Amino acid sequence: MAAVTADQTTQGTAGTAEEAEAAHLATFDAAVAADDRIEPRDWMPEAYRASLVRQMAQHAHSEIIGMQPEANWISRAPSLRRKAILMAKVQDEAGHGLYLYSAAETLGTSREELLDKLHAGRQRYSSIFNYPTLTWADVGAIGWLVDGAAITNQVPLCRCSYGPYARAMVRICKEESFHQRQGYELLLALSHGTPAQHEMAQDAVNRWWWPSLMMFGPPDDASAHSAQSMAWKIKRHSNDELRRRFVDICVPQAQVLGLSLPDPDIRWNEKLGQHDYGAIDWTEFQEVLKGNGPCNEQRLTQRRKAHEEGAWVRDAAAAYADKHSARPVTAGAAAQPVEATA
Amino acid sequence: MTAALALGDDALVLSHRLGEWAGHAPVLEEEVALANIALDLLGQARMLLSFVGDEDQLAYLREERAFRNVQLVEQPNGDFAHTMARQLYFSVYQHLLYEELAAGEGEFADLAAKAVKEVAYHRDHAEQWVLRLGDGTAESHERMQLGLDALWRFTGELFEPVGGVDIDRSALSDRWLAAVTSVVERATLTVPSGPQSGAWAAGAGRQGLHTEPFGRMLAEMQHLHRSHPGASW
Repeated sequence: MAAVTADQTTQGTAGTAEEAEAAHLATFDAAVAADDRIEPRDWMPEAYRASLVRQMAQHAHSEIIGMQPEANWISRAPSLRRKAILMAKVQDEAGHGLYLYSAAETLGTSREELLDKLHAGRQRYSSIFNYPTLTWADVGAIGWLVDGAAITNQVPLCRCSYGPYARAMVRICKEESFHQRQGYELLLALSHGTPAQHEMAQDAVNRWWWPSLMMFGPPDDASAHSAQSMAWKIKRHSNDELRRRFVDICVPQAQVLGLSLPDPDIRWNEKLGQHDYGAIDWTEFQEVLKGNGPCNEQRLTQRRKAHEEGAWVRDAAAAYADKHSARPVTAGAAAQPVEATA
Repeated sequence: MTAALALGDDALVLSHRLGEWAGHAPVLEEEVALANIALDLLGQARMLLSFVGDEDQLAYLREERAFRNVQLVEQPNGDFAHTMARQLYFSVYQHLLYEELAAGEGEFADLAAKAVKEVAYHRDHAEQWVLRLGDGTAESHERMQLGLDALWRFTGELFEPVGGVDIDRSALSDRWLAAVTSVVERATLTVPSGPQSGAWAAGAGRQGLHTEPFGRMLAEMQHLHRSHPGASW
């Protein structure tokens, strides 16, 4: 809103390119300092633009790749109610991916370009989706822990300095909170169900707990982008701060579930008013990021396959649009039966 | 309650097949659209099966021979054109049927009145894609024709009588053929000319006689539920 557009500031500034750049930067810095939103047509530093594209693309890719571990259970969901909830959730994730690609496109990139980079392994998605869903309870653990961690990360993004990203996050967070509650409720049904169901739930929490903590990224002293992102108000809190907040939220929820968290070092720290927790296996985290997690290969292969096998469908739609651009087929026209043969 | 079971099984089984597309669609918008249609159908299935008994008992604890869906909806997805051919044949039928049921006084009138809006959207989606694929590229044209041809033999069964649904099946069949012909011809494709169903197989799905892929589909769908008898989820 407040940042003056590039055109406006160049007009009437008779100085050199460097002076103009300095003036733009001053305007941009003032807007960020005042908690104003940066909008697509505002001038912004190239590094800010690049950093946002990287983060938003990674976020969008995570929604799309994140469909796979859950879609894995659609055909085996144990009740029709759960099946409907799961299908709706996976559908929402595709929708979130679409919002986020659109938001990223306001920065001058395109969905096709971003998907190409994902398929080429040049842009990342969240490390969490490289873990397999081995039982039905994993669907609940993903809802409770993975969506819970995502929300803890994403709610502050609703105040992110870049307007289109912040607005996308408002919409996404509403739906994510709903998914998170459904996941928790799924797990609650299992943990209070038969002994076999309880055991299934505990096993899922054991496998998803640590990978969920890794979703907050490397520790603060090893996080490459954190300081700059916080200065630009893309990020509002550090990785470790958000991770601890998440642990504090999960501990009482685990008690209600009657499930334990697989960390003997979790205990309340009276002095700090927060929970202490055990050491994260950062070697595992690095291996997963490097492509050596349990499902990295499988996830990317399936995504590439869907894209490649769908190429002829996209080509057909484009060819049809070219042929019929003068007379688009409307829903109304298509819904009229009989006309040609009557 | 044969009719509720037959119509409910149609919706349940097609919903399951469409759910198999999740994460595999050719474009993100189709991830949304196919899941959306699958969800609508699952909603219809749940209402219809609840007329008959417990929805989960009916979905998860019946064996293959007790299902009453038409064979068309149990056919594997194949490629996108194959899936769209199945969607065209079924959604035009379902739309015409539900319009008629909604206008009538029968036990399905309320349900059909609600579902007909969803089904009109499914039909439009299928028609738009048949047009795009048929009149798109040479490859999509060929694939769309193959899909239409391969599934044609399962369409005759759509017009077999179903106990409890009191409508003129032969008029329904005529209207269906006219509507499908209109779309197929506008898509520069040819309406298949073979028999609409093998004479021996007519009405087989409604009698619990299914095709081979169906048993495997049920094995996957029912496995978890059957592994925990009596559990609630």
